[in-house]
Amino acid sequence: MKTLAFEAPLQELYEKIAQLKQLSLEGDVDLSREIERIEARADTLKKTIYTDLSPAQVVQISRHPNRPDSSSLFRLILENFIELHGDRAFRDDPSIVAGVGFLKKHRVMVIGHQKGHDTKENIYRNFGMPHPEGYRKALRLMKMAEKFSMPIVTFIDTPGAFPGLGAEERGQAEAIARNLREMAGLTVPVITVVIGEGGSGGALGIGVSNKVYMMEYAVYSVISPEGCASILFHDAAKSDVTSKSLKITATDIVALGVADDVIKEPLGGAHYDWEAAAASIKKVVLKNLNAYKKITDVKKIQEERYMKFRKMGQFSE
Amino acid sequence: MSIVDWFANKEKRRPSSKKLNIPGDLWVKCLACSEVLFLKDLESNFKVCPKCAYHFRISPEERLKFLFDADSFEETNAGIGPVDFLTFTDTEAYADRIKRAQKKSGVKDAVRTGRALLKGKAVNVAIMDFGFMGGSMGSVVGEKITRLIEAGVENKHPVIIFTASGGARMQEGILSLMQMAKTSAALSRLAAVSVPYISVVCDPTTGGTSASFAMLGDVNLTEPGTLISFAGPRVIEQTIRQKLPKGFQRAEFLLEHGMVDRVVPRCEMRQLLFDLVMLLDPHGAEI
Repeated sequence: MKTLAFEAPLQELYEKIAQLKQLSLEGDVDLSREIERIEARADTLKKTIYTDLSPAQVVQISRHPNRPDSSSLFRLILENFIELHGDRAFRDDPSIVAGVGFLKKHRVMVIGHQKGHDTKENIYRNFGMPHPEGYRKALRLMKMAEKFSMPIVTFIDTPGAFPGLGAEERGQAEAIARNLREMAGLTVPVITVVIGEGGSGGALGIGVSNKVYMMEYAVYSVISPEGCASILFHDAAKSDVTSKSLKITATDIVALGVADDVIKEPLGGAHYDWEAAAASIKKVVLKNLNAYKKITDVKKIQEERYMKFRKMGQFSE
Repeated sequence: MSIVDWFANKEKRRPSSKKLNIPGDLWVKCLACSEVLFLKDLESNFKVCPKCAYHFRISPEERLKFLFDADSFEETNAGIGPVDFLTFTDTEAYADRIKRAQKKSGVKDAVRTGRALLKGKAVNVAIMDFGFMGGSMGSVVGEKITRLIEAGVENKHPVIIFTASGGARMQEGILSLMQMAKTSAALSRLAAVSVPYISVVCDPTTGGTSASFAMLGDVNLTEPGTLISFAGPRVIEQTIRQKLPKGFQRAEFLLEHGMVDRVVPRCEMRQLLFDLVMLLDPHGAEI
């Protein structure tokens, strides 16, 4: 497993524990007290490391290659996830996965950005950066959900929409813009969880929702800290400064009124325990599905979503 | 006289580039073909180069003058101004940037909105100002555009928005991104009451502005040569590590790829806008 720089001391302890366990297995020395002592130290260290993270470190966790991805979370949360493919116009975009399934007794449409965990997978998934056809696939399935009165659950996890030749030719801007407008008018509730990286318009393109949740170590930003630093300081290395000033951590996003709440992650982050992370997400989504089940007037659902975004912005008058 | 002095004197003898400078208030050089143009000629030609048809970027005031009935513009929400709610500082504090831009332009932010007459036909109009912090969309631009669209939902007059913007305003963080959702949501309400929306995409329109209301017109128009993109050319070059083809992301490229309806020379814009709103508007056949 890849280790982030600030996790290194912790990793050292884990390695030591593993070595001691190996030793006690091989020889007949009893090292259990020693092991216990180091394990306790590791726990304390883990708590210390993860209670005082800088925004730049949170950004690293949000991009951790071992973080649970949308597709895996769908499989952990839903009873029978059936993936559906294609935008019916150009091709299937592997950067966005979508499909239907049962969450307990609720029929739901799920849509999420899809990153990979290694180079090969990341190339196939284009590092979770969708092309226009990804957004159009998402929109096709949202309209289908509307047709069959299914709530929509979306997971955001992308560095941003892909900046490339083909993406521009096929109308990246138009695809995202259309999703924003069409999502605003959906007659079914939409629940969004930012599970990792919430990168700009590419994230928002599936995020105009009734409820928005941030995973504890997820970020949501108008521009990547590196992109912001290279524009404002002409130096991408100044991203530790911009990651602070952009206010992109889960608590910031809730404080600014963009997200409704934070979903706690297992100690150390979702990459340590996918099942636990999935369970916390499931609990929150289920609570919402139960609540929306009681709202039969679709106008209320549309109005709630409209007003949520209508209120966003700070200005003087 | 040493050779060094000789060079120094030679430098002095050379007419300074300052002296060659054309008085800015009388003559201008075309940015495309370098032709020296008499400013008055240029202005009477809608600020389009008479030689090569290059469309100069123009201010909201000039656009109002060129396209709408004289003195018909009634501005709305001019009092909404930006707030530095993140106390954002890069090489300069956002609060200072705002002040400087306001002083230079005499307006509070990067868009002007209101009602105007187009050959006698009332329309709701917004014009973005690239000169104000690159036309970037923060809370003020988002709010004013949204209110303009909501006015259209109420008064049923067609909505025309002229965009010119580098995208979302980073200094307002995530809330600038959310203006994309806010404005687009308002457009879904406008669509529901069948009020026509014409987007005139002006040079340049990129990022969050193009990925929201700029691309959502019932009809999308643009001027020749306009840069329209989601990601800027430099970002794409860095990503794909190859040179971009000539004309990439220009108005004609977007027309070819089906993203805009027409590329319209500035001198034809007024008549075309009038014809379109008269044809599309189901709410008021009479003007």
